[in-house]
Amino acid sequence: MDTQKQLDEFQQRIDNGEKIEPKDWMPERYRKQLIRIMSQHAHSEIVGMLPESNWITRAPSLKRKMVLLAKVQDEAGHGLYLYSGTETLGVERRELVEDYIYGNAKYSSIFNYPTLTYADICVIGWLVDGAAIVNQTMLAKSSYGPYARANIRICKEESFHKKQGYEMLAKMTSGTPEQKRMAQDAVNRWWWPTLMMFGPHDTDSPNSAELIKWGVKTKTNDELRQSFVDRMVMEAEAIDVTLPDPDMKYNEKTGHWEFGEIPWDEFWSVVKGDGPMNRERIKARRKAYEEGEWVREAAMQYARKKKLKEGKAS
Amino acid sequence: MSDDTKNTEWPLWEVFYQPKDGKPFEHAGSVHAPDAEMALQNARDTYARRNEGIALWIVPSDQIIASTPEDVGPFFDPANDKPYRHPQFYSVPRAVKKRK
Repeated sequence: MDTQKQLDEFQQRIDNGEKIEPKDWMPERYRKQLIRIMSQHAHSEIVGMLPESNWITRAPSLKRKMVLLAKVQDEAGHGLYLYSGTETLGVERRELVEDYIYGNAKYSSIFNYPTLTYADICVIGWLVDGAAIVNQTMLAKSSYGPYARANIRICKEESFHKKQGYEMLAKMTSGTPEQKRMAQDAVNRWWWPTLMMFGPHDTDSPNSAELIKWGVKTKTNDELRQSFVDRMVMEAEAIDVTLPDPDMKYNEKTGHWEFGEIPWDEFWSVVKGDGPMNRERIKARRKAYEEGEWVREAAMQYARKKKLKEGKAS
Repeated sequence: MSDDTKNTEWPLWEVFYQPKDGKPFEHAGSVHAPDAEMALQNARDTYARRNEGIALWIVPSDQIIASTPEDVGPFFDPANDKPYRHPQFYSVPRAVKKRK
């Protein structure tokens, strides 16, 4: 059992801004919370490859195809940094993966929406990766060393993701009327789900206070969401797209953009598994995992036999 | 399900990279791989997609020997009572200092 003295000393380290490393003492609940949020983050990166890879074969040009391939490969990399970080907490990769494929581990609800046109690929880069950057920039200062370091690595690559999307969207909004319409349609569909990425309001987020106390996070869901909105209003204006919120208005006093109520019913129904693509996503992940089983086994056997042979030769 | 898949988890390797010529190696993270050759390739694809390193080391994770946080005080203790190992311990005439 964690003693009060241990807890106090731990809290003191956090308050001093020290990083917690894998072998350091930590409260059992800190470890559990980290495993939960780090693995959710990892699963999100991996499942996030699906909506985008949907368009690789139909990219509008060779350049865009290369860019999209590189981006999807990066998402795999991000997932791996995070799984690697989570494993330092004493869990096995297989446990984490299976908890999500066969269990009830969650991933970001944003990836349960379909990518209907190539404009969706632009908007994912701009909005979804833009929101991810806001969140991950904060997590790069997380109190758990391996998580902070994984996020630093991720942030460096994420700005390429956002910029390629924003550039492409800007091209579309200055293109033909049909392209403009496609771009606006994609923004309309992705805006609200992107705002949901930051999670429920602070008042409905039971884990937030504890995560902030332990320095895993340093800002609340609503604070992060607000700084994202303020930035996006400016960026939307610059490329001439409209954010689909009639209630959006600038508050002179606070210096922030106020926005309308997020459709939380939709959020909770997607989280519970009833989003447009939940079943499809999990099916695709199961298929990949199960069909890769023999490959993993064969590689293991090959390595074993090669080692045996080398042993005999020497 | 997990019973069938139990033995296909590939071993874990720690990855170190040298960021630039002449620089010391740094820890990057870990990868799973069945053997050293694939561990190197996986490490390259995972941690060096943008020339982050010009050289890689991989080490089976269970071969890393580490100091323990609990013993850290006594373990590094011998360093604390030898201030004469630092240049600040010594004073030299001012004139000499200035010429540098």
